[in-house]
Amino acid sequence: MLEVKDLHVTVEGSEILKGLTLSIQPGEVHAIMGPNGAGKSTLSAVIAGKDGYEVTAGTITFEGRDVLEMEIEERAQAGLLLGFQYPVEIPGVKNIYLLKAALNAQREARGEGEIPAPEFMKLIKEKVSFMKMDNSFLQRAVNEGFSGGEKKRNEILQMLVLQPKLAMLDEIDSGLDIDAMKVVAEGVNSLRSEDRGILLVTHYQRLLDYIVPDHVHVLVDGRIVKSGNADLARELESRGYDWVVEESAA
Amino acid sequence: MNQTASQGASEVQRFLDRLSERSARRSGEPTWIAARRQAGAARFEAMGFPDRRVEEWKYTDVRAISRGDFQLAEDADFSPASAAALTLPMDAHRLTFVDGVFSSALSDLTELPGGVQVQPLSQALEENHEAVGGPLGRLTGVEFSAFSALNTAFFEEGALVRLAPGTVVEKPIVLQFLSRANQAAVMSHPRILIEAASRSQATVIEHHVGEEGAANFTNLVEEVMLDRGAHLTHYKLVESPEQDLHVASIHVEQCRDAQFTSFNLTLGGGLVRNDLISDLNGQGAEVTFNGLFYGQNRQHVDNHTLANHNAPHTFSHENYKGILDDRAHGVFNGKVIVKRDSQKIEADQSNANLLLSDRAQIDTKPELEIYADDVKCSHGATTGQLDEEAVFALRTRGLDEATARGLLTLAFAGEVMDQVDLDAVAERVELTVAGKLPERFHLAGLVEAAVALNED
Repeated sequence: MLEVKDLHVTVEGSEILKGLTLSIQPGEVHAIMGPNGAGKSTLSAVIAGKDGYEVTAGTITFEGRDVLEMEIEERAQAGLLLGFQYPVEIPGVKNIYLLKAALNAQREARGEGEIPAPEFMKLIKEKVSFMKMDNSFLQRAVNEGFSGGEKKRNEILQMLVLQPKLAMLDEIDSGLDIDAMKVVAEGVNSLRSEDRGILLVTHYQRLLDYIVPDHVHVLVDGRIVKSGNADLARELESRGYDWVVEESAA
Repeated sequence: MNQTASQGASEVQRFLDRLSERSARRSGEPTWIAARRQAGAARFEAMGFPDRRVEEWKYTDVRAISRGDFQLAEDADFSPASAAALTLPMDAHRLTFVDGVFSSALSDLTELPGGVQVQPLSQALEENHEAVGGPLGRLTGVEFSAFSALNTAFFEEGALVRLAPGTVVEKPIVLQFLSRANQAAVMSHPRILIEAASRSQATVIEHHVGEEGAANFTNLVEEVMLDRGAHLTHYKLVESPEQDLHVASIHVEQCRDAQFTSFNLTLGGGLVRNDLISDLNGQGAEVTFNGLFYGQNRQHVDNHTLANHNAPHTFSHENYKGILDDRAHGVFNGKVIVKRDSQKIEADQSNANLLLSDRAQIDTKPELEIYADDVKCSHGATTGQLDEEAVFALRTRGLDEATARGLLTLAFAGEVMDQVDLDAVAERVELTVAGKLPERFHLAGLVEAAVALNED
């Protein structure tokens, strides 16, 4: 469903991604790991459409559509959703406004009508409780005054409500204690299905004990230098990144 | 005499000529009115229109008014269907004025409860002019400004609201001012007098709105006298057409424990200048100035507020928000004066502005003059743009850019709008501020549903 080919991306004049190639099929969970500064967050930011990233070469297609030609909201409406490493606080905009507006925007793009109020309430009530959040979260402004763990749970809540085709989660484990991580991992695991792709970007293997990926890629200096299965993540945990870096340099 | 001065003099003369044309038909007036007109005209002639060298008018150019040639309206004809489209959809006691002229057909006072007097000013004067003459002009004299002097010279119509002690008026009292797209521009000088006796309570909504293309000048003076423990909630909603010119002063006197809560909401008008003044004269008196202004295109909105803490243990709160787009210009001047013996007072003030365009402009100035030493005062002003990171975050959830910006703009106004508990007013404002926000009408119901959910 997602095809990234020979992607080169420049940020403020310096090249961060230097020919990244990645293919994700429906039903697969991919994890991208790598040392700091390898360009892990750049990939998901470019796919989501963040400003300040210049694609100098290569292509990104999603279900055959050229992602780089799509507006930011079109990408989301098409089912490409990014969970942020640092979710933005949006004072004055209640969670419930965001969830409903987002869900209806997606439905409208598919030519469907607005979701009936009772159906919507039932849906969010179910998802909020699944994420072990209180209903009062819905009344609070998006992420405003949320703890780190609450922000991450809120990102997953949005995923559960919006049911993307491809969920990209950028360092979703950063800043979480073990209990919060379990809740987040459960949320992500509940998203696993044969028609959905999941892309995890993480620095630590710890998350992958809870969300076991089908494919693990090691990103070093803007390129995927090694791919494998979940065992590769465990090997990285015990041996660190240096050996992969050396291997790739050789 | 230099050229500017002579030009100013000829502008003033044009208004004075209108006044003498009018005086021919005013021969039967009580002498006190004639005397005040004369004093108003003399004062106006002496002052002339303020130019930008006058501190209070530094950021507001009134040449659109001073160079204008305004007639006085002769009738109050207005199609009921067009009026209905402009009227706030709410159950209310209503007085309607068309270009300043009272329209009995568009007014509704049928269910006025006992203890409440709501009348067009002309009628109140006819019935008992002496009872009006006492309070009228007591708070806003001809000295206040050239515009108050002009109003005093010209006033004919307006509204009188009197509440007997302990009267609680359930339904809002709406004073509706309609502006017509006339062949020739007109001016009106409405005069509003509100006297609330002890422990009385009411909500007054002053609503200015009109036909597209209207380019008239409204020069309003309003005096509000609140006796012990009286509570008045006052809305001033300006939705006038974009060529309309509007100058208003609202002067409030508050005795012990009296509360005045103001919502000054400006969405329309080409040039709008509001002066809101509260004299906190008795212990426990409290004024709350809430304001929201939204300027587009070349609109100019100037709000001056003043809280006079004349007695100890008095309270003033102020929260003004401005949203300016295109080449709109906003002015905010919030002043607090604490007299020497006014100890233990509290005054807080905040003004936040959102500029949606590079060419929009805001001039904001808080002023505190404190002559007492045991007081609690705070103020703050901020100006910024929409948070682009928030716009991006909303778009990554599928909201189109216009909706994202609308939602964030509405969120900015939220702090003021959350205090508005009249749906008809809130909806008008949200409609304008959020622009095309497809969700807006469903949000309220949604929140209610969510609240119900929490109570499960």
